[in-house]
Amino acid sequence: MVYQDLLKGIGEICGIQLLDVSERYHDEVYVSVQKEDFKKACIALHKYLRSPVMTQFALDNRQEQKVFVLYCGFMSIRYKKWVFVVTEIPADTAQFDSLSKELYSATLFEREIKEMFGIEPCNSPDTRSLRLHDEVWPRGQYPLRKDFKTGLSQANLLGEYAFAKVEGEGIFEVPVGPVHAGIIAPGHFRFSSAGEPIINLEIRLGFTHRGVEKLFEGKNIFEAIKLSECVAGDAAFGHSWSFCQAIEKNCGVTVPKNSSAARAILLELERMYNHVNDIGGIAIDVGFSFPAAYASLMKETILQLNEKITGSRYLKGANTIGGVNFDLNEEKKRLIKSSLGAFAKDFEELKNILFSSVSFMDRVDGTGILRKKTAEDFGVVGLCARASGIAADLRKDFTGIYDKVKFHSEKQETGDVLARLNLRILECEESMRLIEQFLRIVGGSENKILIRPQPKAGFALGYIESWRGPVLYWVKIDAQGFIERCKIVDPSFHNWPALAYAVLGNIIPDFPLCNKSFDLSYAGNDL
Amino acid sequence: MIQILKNRLIKGIVSQPVELKSLVKDNLAAVELESVGSELQKLIRKKFGRSLHIREVDTGSCGACDSEIISTTNPLYDVQRFGVNFVASPRHADALMVTGPVSKNMLGALKKTYGAMPEPKFVITVGDCALAGGVFKDSYYTAGGVNAILPVALHIPGCPPKPLEIITSLLTFLSCCK
Repeated sequence: MVYQDLLKGIGEICGIQLLDVSERYHDEVYVSVQKEDFKKACIALHKYLRSPVMTQFALDNRQEQKVFVLYCGFMSIRYKKWVFVVTEIPADTAQFDSLSKELYSATLFEREIKEMFGIEPCNSPDTRSLRLHDEVWPRGQYPLRKDFKTGLSQANLLGEYAFAKVEGEGIFEVPVGPVHAGIIAPGHFRFSSAGEPIINLEIRLGFTHRGVEKLFEGKNIFEAIKLSECVAGDAAFGHSWSFCQAIEKNCGVTVPKNSSAARAILLELERMYNHVNDIGGIAIDVGFSFPAAYASLMKETILQLNEKITGSRYLKGANTIGGVNFDLNEEKKRLIKSSLGAFAKDFEELKNILFSSVSFMDRVDGTGILRKKTAEDFGVVGLCARASGIAADLRKDFTGIYDKVKFHSEKQETGDVLARLNLRILECEESMRLIEQFLRIVGGSENKILIRPQPKAGFALGYIESWRGPVLYWVKIDAQGFIERCKIVDPSFHNWPALAYAVLGNIIPDFPLCNKSFDLSYAGNDL
Repeated sequence: MIQILKNRLIKGIVSQPVELKSLVKDNLAAVELESVGSELQKLIRKKFGRSLHIREVDTGSCGACDSEIISTTNPLYDVQRFGVNFVASPRHADALMVTGPVSKNMLGALKKTYGAMPEPKFVITVGDCALAGGVFKDSYYTAGGVNAILPVALHIPGCPPKPLEIITSLLTFLSCCK
């Protein structure tokens, strides 16, 4: 069955009038529906494509057509398509039926749309602000509207955020953050516990909100690459690749095979240094400092290798529209090979040290379980989803350059800290194998881009399986060639709520361990 | 345990002449690090009575600067051996190290953290965004750098600055100030 039949079937069974179905690119389909049918269409697609809400965002089109445009994106592994439900919302009645009660994965997106555009999701169970904290941001100011101006009145401040209250005898609350004890990004965690076990955890984020999406607007596409690298510093390459991919797709730029392979090498290197960092982090969070120090040196190895290849330890500035900014000559290829060889030996040692410690294994085994059902309901993506038994990996599902190599997407079933640890180890090893294969594809100086591509009006989605999971960039370019709207979804945005469920029933001292095993980004989530 | 001891013996001391299998041998940085580090240690001994304690606060950085600050504490750079320590509480700190362009949401927390530190104290900013906002300068939600809020004594530029740059900047600064 082709996807058109599926859409037609959905239209008939659910009684939805499909205004328009357009296949904009080979992997992107936009389905326009009436505002009243939006909810039904989203629920039907969720059900038949077996996909959570992967992205949901609005677009301010009031100047031209007096409407807001609402998009809700789903991923179809079976048809290898991204399906967007699109509807128009009249500017004078800026509201739509909330999906949150049926699709939990839409909740955060709807809160975001509400605070950024002032479009009300009707009957939503949670309408609290997300990133624009009530303590510092006045009500009624919507930054992503086109007519928004900075410089605001300080009236109308709402004051405190309403945390969920747990009541009963012997219940106490432990507030933590936003400034934490270590060198980490800010976030507020509020534990309610009875004795040791956590009975509720509420996570309040947004502390690193910098208004990134607004900053993209009006930028030239080349300038914006730098900004995309600063969305989440530890996934800088995943973000810049995803952004470049969206632009390349929109402007019809074909990326040469060897450039794609060079990008894939860097993406895998980024995965490796972060995974080994997390493995060390898990060790330090149970107080096992030797392997943590060992892992931090291994991370340093990769960072130094990154610098030798691209000039940046965090791979900033490596990407450009149409390819990469560096040469992978024979010398660099040899360097990568020899570094990986030594890394592999160290990696074996690291594994031995961890797995031969009974007390370490006791701490990680069975801790912080995220059940498959919970993960599915929350729309958990990426590594955390695979550790809970959900087989989803953009590298496998939407191959791209990965179909040129032998690639096995790893998976675990138990969903505990140990599963995520094991998965990181397996993925790290797979990355080493992948890099070896990609090294055979990359060429020499042909990587350099000679022609600067011209921006073209239109929109497209870029998607990359970064080390945390899928990084999505939906970019719209206006007639003058500047960015009109850029919607970013970091995998952390999907996964943070699931952390609050994974820790339930665990003791508070195990929270850092669970948190590190998820290792979600604050900056990527807060934008 | 035996495994750890074995590995510990095989690896030896990595932070002196750099010797890890996987680290590239011709590491000039390591030589430089040693000379910079011992000088830093002397200065810290003289001026702070043995050690300089730093409290780090992220006010909305992308995370790369924080990652590099953590890198300065790894066994290769091992900044602690020169007397520089990162502490958990502002009450224990001599200096406040700030990354990020100061998101509005972090403004209060930043001021509180600074207020909780005992005198004498000074502020170090790390990374381009912390200076004047960097790429986030024009945002509706940033305060435009730490300078606008707290007196900044030292700025370490870079996106992100490398661990060695952080250590050298600290040294240069400490040798200038009384």
